[in-house]
Amino acid sequence: MSQGKLIERYNASERANHWFVAITFILAALSGLALFHPAYFWLTNLFGSGTWARILHPFIGALMFLSFIAMAIRFWKHNRITDADRQWAKHMTDILQNKAKNLPEIGKYNLGQKYLFWTLLATIILMLISGIVIWQPWFAPLFPISLLRIAVLVHALSAFIAILCLIVHIYASYWTRGSIRAMTRGTVTAAWARHHHPAWYKEVANKNR
Amino acid sequence: MALQSLDIKARSATTTPSPSVRGETVEVAKLIDISRCIGCKACQVACMEWNDLRDEVGVNVGVYDNPRDLTDQSWTVMRFDEVETEGGRLEWLIRKDGCMHCADPGCLKACPAPGAIVQYNNGIVDFHEEHCIGCGYCITGCPFNIPRISKKDGKAYKCTLCSDRVAVGMEPACVKTCPTGAIVFGSKEDMIHHAEARITDLKERGFQNAGLYDPKGVGGTHVMYVLNHADKPEMYAGLPNDPGISPMVSLWKGITKPLMNFGLGMAVLVGLFHYVTQGPNEAKEEEEEKQ
Repeated sequence: MSQGKLIERYNASERANHWFVAITFILAALSGLALFHPAYFWLTNLFGSGTWARILHPFIGALMFLSFIAMAIRFWKHNRITDADRQWAKHMTDILQNKAKNLPEIGKYNLGQKYLFWTLLATIILMLISGIVIWQPWFAPLFPISLLRIAVLVHALSAFIAILCLIVHIYASYWTRGSIRAMTRGTVTAAWARHHHPAWYKEVANKNR
Repeated sequence: MALQSLDIKARSATTTPSPSVRGETVEVAKLIDISRCIGCKACQVACMEWNDLRDEVGVNVGVYDNPRDLTDQSWTVMRFDEVETEGGRLEWLIRKDGCMHCADPGCLKACPAPGAIVQYNNGIVDFHEEHCIGCGYCITGCPFNIPRISKKDGKAYKCTLCSDRVAVGMEPACVKTCPTGAIVFGSKEDMIHHAEARITDLKERGFQNAGLYDPKGVGGTHVMYVLNHADKPEMYAGLPNDPGISPMVSLWKGITKPLMNFGLGMAVLVGLFHYVTQGPNEAKEEEEEKQ
C-alpha cells in the first residue's frame, strides 16, 4: 500500500492514555480471570502468588478506571450516536463481508466503535462500584453480606462483557487494516480515513484548508 | 495436605480428584443440645486453649455475649436471647454459634484458591490458611455468617471441628470440656439417634415443637442442634430457618463459569474464522490513487 498523505488521528497524549488503559486493563483482566475460574488460577503466578494477585487486582483496577475516565472525557464528543450511524448499521452484513458500497458518511467513529465505547464505560463504572464493595480488607467489611453477594456477581458479569469488548476491539483493529498505526504512530493514511470515516476526513480536510 | 490420615471429599477451586484412597469413612457430627446448655462458656475457653487463640479483652455492653461476635480468634461464641414464648413464659435461649460444617459448603463453593478450603470425607469442612489468599469470597458463600478475615494476616478463620483431634480419634475440645453433656460428638448416625431420645424427652416435658436442626438446604450439617422450639429456629439468635447457598453465589459459581469461558473462547474463534473466510477490511488501492 502506498503511503499517500498522512492524517493525525490521535495525538501523543491520547496515545499514551490509551496504552496506559490497555496495560492496566490487561493486568486487571489476567488477575481477575485467575480468581474467577480454577483453570486460570495459574495466572496468579504472573503477579507473585494468589495473595499478591488479590492484593494488586483492585489497585490495578482503580488505575484502569481513572485512566479510562480520562480517555472517555477526551473521546466523549465523538461518540454521540447519529442518524448516519443508524443507517450505517443497516449495512452490517455487507460490512462484515467486505462488500459494503454506498455507506452513509461516518464521522470519527462508526456505530460499532461507539457501542464499544459506551459498553466499556458502563461496565467499568459497574466494576468500580462492585469492586469497592468486595475490596478486602479495606471496604468489604463495611457492607452487608447480601450486598457482597450481589457485587461479586455484578463484578464477574461486567468483567465478562468488558473482556468480550476487548476481544472485539483488538480483532476489529487488526481486521481493519491501517488502524493500529493510529494508536502507535498517531496517523492514518488519507485513503483509510476517506474509506472508513469519510465525514471525519472532510472535517479534518476542511480544517487544514 | 494437613491431615494425611483423612480422605478428602472436596477441595476449593480444584477440578481433579482429591486424595481418597481409603474405603468407607464414618461421617461425624457434633450435637449441641440447647436444652441442656447452661451458658457457662467452658466450650469457648476450651476452643481457645486447644487452638491457642487469645481474643482481645472486650468491654461489657450489658449482655452476656462475650466476646460479642465471632472473630479470627473466637471460633465459637455463646449467643444469649431472652424470649417470651406461649403463655407469657420467659425463656433464656443460649446457642453456641460456630461453623455448621455443611455437607454442601457455600464457603468451599465460593473459594477461588485451590485447596484453601477442604471437606474431609468425615464431613468436616476445614480452612487451610496457608493457601488462603484473603479475598473474602467464603464470607459471601456461607449461609451462617461464620468465616472471619483476620486483621493480622488477612486470612480467613473459623471452627475446624478440631479436625486435628478428630483425625487421631479424639472428640473436639468443646465437647470434651462441656460440663452438662450438652455437646456430644460421634458418628452422625449415632448423634441423630441420641437427638431423637432427647426430643422425645423434651416433648414429654411440654416442648411440643422440640426437634433436630440438620437443615436440608445445605445438604445437612455436621454440627446439629436439639432445639426446644425447632419450628422457630430464628428465635435462637437468628439461626436461619431454611439456610442454603445464596442464588447469587450459585449463579456466580455455577453456570456463569462455563458460560463465560465458552463466550470468551467463541469470541476469539469467531474472530479467527471471520478473518480467514472474509479477509481483511482494506481501503482500496484506487482510493489511494485518487489522491
